[in-house]
Amino acid sequence: MKFVFRSALLLLSLIVLSCGGKEEKKKEGFSVERQKSQTEQPKSETEAPTTKASERIELNNKGVGPITDLTLNDEIDQEMATMGEGIYNQMCLACHRVGKKFIGPAPDKILERRSPEWVMNMILNPEGMVKEDPLAKDLLIEFNGSPMANQGLTEEQARAVLEYFRTL
Amino acid sequence: MMKKFSLLLTGILGFALVMTSCNNQGKGTSNGALTSNAAERVYVAPGEHDEFYAFISGGFSGQLSVYGLPSGRLFKVIPVFSQDAEKAWGYNEETKPMLNTSHGFVPWDDSHHPDISQTNGELDGRYVFINGNNTPRIAKVDLSVFETTEIIEIPNSGGNHSSSFVTENTEYVVAGTRFSVPVPQRDMPIKDYKGNFKGALTFISVAPENGRMDIKFQLMMPGFDYDLAHPGRGDSHGWFFFTTYNTEEASSLLEVNASQNDKDFIAAVNWKKIEEYVNGGGGKKMATNYAHNVYDESTHTATSTMKKEVLVVDPLEVPGAVYFLPTPKSPHGCDVDTTGEYIVGNGKLSADLTVHSFSKMLAAIEAEKFDGDAYGIPILNFEDVLAGTVKSGGLGPLHTEFDGEGNAYTTFFISSEVVKWKVGTWEVVDRQPCYYSVGHLMIPGGNSRKPFGKYVLAMNKITKDRYLPTGPEVTQSAQLYDISGEKMELLLDFPTVGEPHYAAGIAADIVKARSKKIYNLSENEHKYGIQTDADVRVERNGKEVHIYMSMIRSHFNPDNIEGIKVGDKVYFHVTNLEQDYDVPHGVSVLGANTAELLIMPGQTESFVWEPKQVGVWPFYCTDFCSALHQEMQGYIRVSPENSNLDLSWSLGE
Repeated sequence: MKFVFRSALLLLSLIVLSCGGKEEKKKEGFSVERQKSQTEQPKSETEAPTTKASERIELNNKGVGPITDLTLNDEIDQEMATMGEGIYNQMCLACHRVGKKFIGPAPDKILERRSPEWVMNMILNPEGMVKEDPLAKDLLIEFNGSPMANQGLTEEQARAVLEYFRTL
Repeated sequence: MMKKFSLLLTGILGFALVMTSCNNQGKGTSNGALTSNAAERVYVAPGEHDEFYAFISGGFSGQLSVYGLPSGRLFKVIPVFSQDAEKAWGYNEETKPMLNTSHGFVPWDDSHHPDISQTNGELDGRYVFINGNNTPRIAKVDLSVFETTEIIEIPNSGGNHSSSFVTENTEYVVAGTRFSVPVPQRDMPIKDYKGNFKGALTFISVAPENGRMDIKFQLMMPGFDYDLAHPGRGDSHGWFFFTTYNTEEASSLLEVNASQNDKDFIAAVNWKKIEEYVNGGGGKKMATNYAHNVYDESTHTATSTMKKEVLVVDPLEVPGAVYFLPTPKSPHGCDVDTTGEYIVGNGKLSADLTVHSFSKMLAAIEAEKFDGDAYGIPILNFEDVLAGTVKSGGLGPLHTEFDGEGNAYTTFFISSEVVKWKVGTWEVVDRQPCYYSVGHLMIPGGNSRKPFGKYVLAMNKITKDRYLPTGPEVTQSAQLYDISGEKMELLLDFPTVGEPHYAAGIAADIVKARSKKIYNLSENEHKYGIQTDADVRVERNGKEVHIYMSMIRSHFNPDNIEGIKVGDKVYFHVTNLEQDYDVPHGVSVLGANTAELLIMPGQTESFVWEPKQVGVWPFYCTDFCSALHQEMQGYIRVSPENSNLDLSWSLGE
């Protein structure tokens, strides 16, 4: 039934579109989108009874992976951070954008919510983290099941990316 | 009811197994019978790896297929001479130049004889070379990536069949012409073939550091058919041996006219001597035209260069470099044993095999005992060079390989069998039937100094009733025999791609260790590649539009593009930003008049789309990549030709 309704709507919009020619065609499109978002809203309400995984603060969780203990200097190593920015732009930017939720979470202020070990393990061992770390599991679900890709960074590169995150 | 029946069946089967395994104890094996534990010996458990790679030629498919032995499982079909829409080979902008020739773009060939590169006479697992028979070419497949990375066209050749065999240190890969042709090509009556056509034997040098191929020289031989070849090894290293037929030089009805002479020849070529002659300035530069195509791994792009000159050598100008060894009955396969002493001529119209002795050949040359000449090339006396004859009782011997334990294995096409015989005593030890009409056979490393032994793979031309029928065309096949015992044992039949002519086998460990997992993104130097999502863009240059697109699980960037117009030529340049093992993505757009792209991590590929209709057209990822693969899609808007809409692109806005 829904399908019939949508198809009819689509057909209608197509007819309108083809009549409209080169000109704007926003209105019909908008109404379709509005309907969609209405149906989505109740779903997300039922699925989020507690704090979102991305907003949870877990500073003692070191995650699962090669990094077990990491102490950060008080001062940010600018040189390392610059290198990290370059690596981030090449390897991470496709999914992580500063200041906004994209395919994955935004990296700014990440150390207010996560331990440095956890961040590095997520970069270096995403497959293991998603299997064994409860927080990483919840994040995968929050981010629509989109898996964090293993971009094959070395520990040194991951460390530099972390240093870059400290500057954001 | 059903359950009871299957229980009963299991019981019977189990009983039968016990019985046969008891029967088999200490009995050895009987001719042609399948031993009860054959299945066990070819079974590679889930998750386990095969012991050997087998690179089997795809025949008229033009490709090279990769199987595991002993399981017979197919891993990959490497596109070589034919377009492959699955992998965009010959369709995308990067690989189209690989199929360029002096005759223009040739989308197909007939691939025959794979041979693995060698160091000190042993397989080193760096490259597989394979010949294109129809439009003469030699290809090189790089085994770190299992991709064809170089193709060189062979000028002055026709029917590139006695190819592509490598010398002991991969100094040369050799390409001999099956069909002699006018050299240079010209307009002349076919009936004037005799004495006027030439048979070019081409020696292609292989650079030790990067494998780059280059035609060193072409030896211009009399106009016979040069059928197959193998290099000398050990003491005979420095020589190359070619079988010939049609020494009658017939140009019509060869099935009768090329079988008149009782003996044709094996041509023995001292390439070291010719190399010296050439290095000393010998030979003549001849104007010609042939393509040399190279795929660059860092630009992920092939370039085709037309070469205009080739160095030709007249054998008469290098005394002592070429001799003819009379060999009965239109010999086909030309095989050299592991020591390099014995050269086997497989006289395909005969029941017997003729084995020549390299040391006797040298002695006869030394003593200048010649039985005349052919076009000035000395012919040695048959009896002077003969080491022995294998009286097999079979019919139509074609090819021989060696196990390194003193045994040779020869296929017989007409009597459809593999015959095992002893090198030196020439006695036949065993014979096993093939189903049916076997051509080549392969023992892993069986044409090198150090065979791995263990199995022989027979490749069959005809299968008739061996498999489920698939209409008039049925599968070709290979058959695996265990040769670790005195008697051969048939273990497995498996279907193959195209016609399996020849194969090259190697211990998997040698190749596995070098196999690449990804292309490094930071080493990507593709002209239209991008290193980061920040470089994503769309550029217009007149009617040409270039989309610099990225892909990663699970989106394209950009995934919405507008401002394209009917009549535009739109290039999708797509970079896979993944750096993880086994995460390729594919892409195509509705109405593209070409194949999809299949892009490996770190790689960039391009296809051209020329939209003909106004509309909003979807594109999507064609290779299942993640849980959100179905979401990996985008739209491109095509406006009328006279539209003023500016280019725009976005992702998630």
